[in-house]
Amino acid sequence: MTVTGTQQSEITRDESSLRRFLHGLPGVDQVGAQDRAAALATRSIKTTAKAWAIDAAISMVDLTTLEGSDTHGKVRSLAAKARRPDPSDLSTPTVAAVCVYPDLVATAVEALRGSKVGVASVATAFPSGRASLATKLHDVREAVAAGATEIDMVIDRGAFLSGRYGQVFDEIVATKAACGTAHLKVILETGELVTLDNARRASWLALLAGGDFIKTSTGKVTPAATPPVALVMLQAVRDFAADHGAVRGVKLAGGIRSTKDAVRYLVMVNEVAGEQWLTPDLFRFGASTLLNDLLQQRHKLATGAYDGPDYVSMD
Amino acid sequence: MAIFDYAPAPESRDLARLKPHYGIFIDGAFRDGTGEAIKTINPATEEPLAEVAEAGVSDVDDAVRAARRAYDNVWGSMPGRERAKYLYRIARAIQERGRELAVLESLDNGKPIKESRDTDIPLAAAHFFYYAGWADKLGYAGFGPNPQPLGVAGQVIPWNFPLLMAAWKIAPALAAGNTVVLKPAETTPLTALVLAEIIAECDLPPGVVNILAGGPEVGQALTEHPGIDKVAFTGSTEVGKAIQRALAGTGRRLSLELGGKAANIIFEDAPIDQAVEGIVNGIFFNQGHVCCAGSRLLVQESIADEVLPALQRRLGTLRMGDPLDKNTDIGAINSAVQLARIRELADSGDDEGASRWTAPCDIPDRGFWFPPTIFTGVSQANRIAREEIFGPVLSVLTFRTPSEAVEKANNTPYGLSAGIWSEKGSRILWTAQRLRAGVVWANTFNRFDPASPFGGYKESGFGREGGRHGLEAYLAY
Amino acid sequence: MTVRKTYKLYIGGAFPRSESGRVYPVTSSSGDLLAQAAQASRKDVRDAVVAARGAFAGWSGATAYNRGQVIYRIAEMLEGRRDQFAAEVAAAEGLGTAAAEGIVDASVDRLVWYAGWTDKYAQITGGANPVSGPYINYSVPEPSGVIGVLAPQQSSLLGLISVVAPVIAMGNTCVVVSSFARPLPAISLAEALGTSDLPGGVVNVLSGSAAELAPWLAAHRDVNGIDITGAAPEGRANLLRSASDTVKRTYSPAGGRADGPGEEDWATEPALRRMAAFVETKTVWHPLGI
Repeated sequence: MTVTGTQQSEITRDESSLRRFLHGLPGVDQVGAQDRAAALATRSIKTTAKAWAIDAAISMVDLTTLEGSDTHGKVRSLAAKARRPDPSDLSTPTVAAVCVYPDLVATAVEALRGSKVGVASVATAFPSGRASLATKLHDVREAVAAGATEIDMVIDRGAFLSGRYGQVFDEIVATKAACGTAHLKVILETGELVTLDNARRASWLALLAGGDFIKTSTGKVTPAATPPVALVMLQAVRDFAADHGAVRGVKLAGGIRSTKDAVRYLVMVNEVAGEQWLTPDLFRFGASTLLNDLLQQRHKLATGAYDGPDYVSMD
Repeated sequence: MAIFDYAPAPESRDLARLKPHYGIFIDGAFRDGTGEAIKTINPATEEPLAEVAEAGVSDVDDAVRAARRAYDNVWGSMPGRERAKYLYRIARAIQERGRELAVLESLDNGKPIKESRDTDIPLAAAHFFYYAGWADKLGYAGFGPNPQPLGVAGQVIPWNFPLLMAAWKIAPALAAGNTVVLKPAETTPLTALVLAEIIAECDLPPGVVNILAGGPEVGQALTEHPGIDKVAFTGSTEVGKAIQRALAGTGRRLSLELGGKAANIIFEDAPIDQAVEGIVNGIFFNQGHVCCAGSRLLVQESIADEVLPALQRRLGTLRMGDPLDKNTDIGAINSAVQLARIRELADSGDDEGASRWTAPCDIPDRGFWFPPTIFTGVSQANRIAREEIFGPVLSVLTFRTPSEAVEKANNTPYGLSAGIWSEKGSRILWTAQRLRAGVVWANTFNRFDPASPFGGYKESGFGREGGRHGLEAYLAY
Repeated sequence: MTVRKTYKLYIGGAFPRSESGRVYPVTSSSGDLLAQAAQASRKDVRDAVVAARGAFAGWSGATAYNRGQVIYRIAEMLEGRRDQFAAEVAAAEGLGTAAAEGIVDASVDRLVWYAGWTDKYAQITGGANPVSGPYINYSVPEPSGVIGVLAPQQSSLLGLISVVAPVIAMGNTCVVVSSFARPLPAISLAEALGTSDLPGGVVNVLSGSAAELAPWLAAHRDVNGIDITGAAPEGRANLLRSASDTVKRTYSPAGGRADGPGEEDWATEPALRRMAAFVETKTVWHPLGI
């Protein structure tokens, strides 16, 4: 059933119609969702399939540094890693983007000039989002002006949890407008939303408001990306595409450190959303240490020997 | 060609430690049977796996005599705490040899390795572990202060969960102080015979457990044997009725776990994605070779147009093929006979005007296969809505109101299980109370646990297996 | 000149004559004619099963507390008609007044005992099952459905109540074939039931020959269980065979063997066995999540 533009504007017309829609979404049974996620995690991905999955995962990484101690030097070295993750093997794909705070966007842009690696920036008073809308939008405009091609915004979880869906919706719409041509990823911070029902509602809210991606977490809150949350968000983009004809992406961030986890999530993308989503345009991992594990596993496949941390770069 | 093409990930067949020949197990020792040897085959390839000795009538006599001696001389009078230790030992040994048993089960039965590995074998061990703890606490089980064992139990089990059904039968019988003669199904004897090995290695006194491979004649010789005190049967309603008939007037106790035609009810407020999983798990788990399978989907009309495409999309991700591949979701049909029955019933669905939809699966060249199949436009009167298919075939019916759902769900001579999907607690409980079925899964399906009683209403049999209730079938009180 | 009583059948809360029009003479233990009782036919069995099935939803759906009160009320009515029942039992069983009164008192006690079980049996035999996983799992006993009951041939009141009370206490409805030679206390009990709070159809009483009627009950496809206590020992196996056609629940003395001991001692306090015979255990699973 495809929803027309008119129907969509009906849904988002005001607070109460939005609430009716979001609360009318089918519930998520937590145990059932956990079981399904656990069942998908038993897929055994070996040999050629594993090789494909590792390269796909590398190409989907948003290589991220979001620390108070970040410096221009740190960002430059991260950018170098993004351009060429494995100097010993030039067949290694580049990552999708680097992800930094707004004040370091210019440095990242400069360091990545000439590459296909995007520059993503967390904005909107990341990670808490506790600032006035004007401040948040200013944050976004600065990052975009500095050359960010992707903006990772946070939703107002307080507004969401107190049922002010319209406010959350309006902020996303305003942020999207401030992004201009930059892609907007909407961070739901599902660890603070707690229930899978909320994860589903927040996903739909962000998709209806025009988010290009829905993203699990800031990485500053535990739990971050979990398999059941990923499952629910992948179902949301799948169903949104079916209903609204618009194909949007999912970014998982926070806590994904191993190749095994990444491959399991690719299996989930494949079987829940569909193989159409197996592209960096529609699926990302927000991660820092994951990349090195992917590289080490790539070495293992190539050499047959278990790899050591001295054979990949630290940044 | 898929973008993300899962490479084959087969479990090693060598783990099964397959032997060319298996004997029958009587009085603590393996020996050749007096029947003709059975060739058990791999249903996924039709290749012979092993030759299995078949019991003859005289072997059944020997086994019953051995069980009686063991009951009279050792087991019936052994303190419960000692019996318990044997059962715990068996539970541990099953866990230790879990990998071997899982691979062997998948080879012999055709079920996916992920199911034998994650469900059949762990649950079999859990069952022994659970009942071990009862052996020295029978006076607290609610059957009077001093319940007594019945004596010798004759037990006949089906081919769908070969080791698990053996555990369901043997564990409570032994915990209660009975001795047993067990007959596994003709097409799936191997894991039960490895269980016999385990039992021997656990030094269970000879004769306490005797295991005889064989066909229906052996089963009949056992269930009608005058030397036994109790019969426990899991299998078809038709055979169950014949056993009940044969035992009439003998004074022997009987418990029956028979067929089913479970309704899986999807209300309009269901958690749809989980309900779809529940439908899939309900009917396609173990190729639908499950007596409690949710073979009748009752979906509320208002959401039928949403549920069916979602279900079809999901079925498109099921992987049918080599049972030993860890990524296989749908394995082989257990036998040519069963495949013929499934085909015949599915064809009747076509003939009676229902619409068939088949999941897009590649069917291997050899072996017995039937792809996941859905019939829509099914009426209560159709054979596919009334008869147990015991295969991966789902009949879809619709309903308008909760009362109609309950009426349709109960409109069957069977009463083994049912499913309910709704986010509304009071509606779930209201429905669960009205369903005439022994196991009701609400917002889940096909869950099993040794502590949870399992068994049917009406023609699905009587008696319960699992939990405190499961002891009743093996105690005099 | 006394006004004699007409003893009829009790079906669906009404007191019809047998559809067949048949009656048979009932005599006291000393051979005096007591009455011409209605002799039920297979069609009366058929009608009684329809009535029992019709009453099942209401009776099984009633609260256990309510069922307990209704059965206790039957005990009250029996107590109130103590002299009438004592006289009928004395005549039927050839007992002195004191012994017959003792039988009536025991019958009242038996009803009271079962009345108390209605809301306790589930607590004794059901409950939560600790499964290994995030699920709430509980088991409850539920009635099997419509039960055919062949009342004992010797014990005309206490035996009758001892086989009927457990069946209805669990929420089943039943079709009872009374003692052939001693049916009058059963019919009088039916009259008491007819004016009690027991809904019509929960208990249906047919006077007549168990040998004639039991096969129809055993074979009836809308009967869920049968208690063959009152069948002749040599007839037990046939009834049980017939019951297998629809996998009926059965209760039979001596496990159905023909060589068992005679009628049980009804004075002994019963165990749970007769209740357990006609209940089903239902187990319900539900996940625990947020």
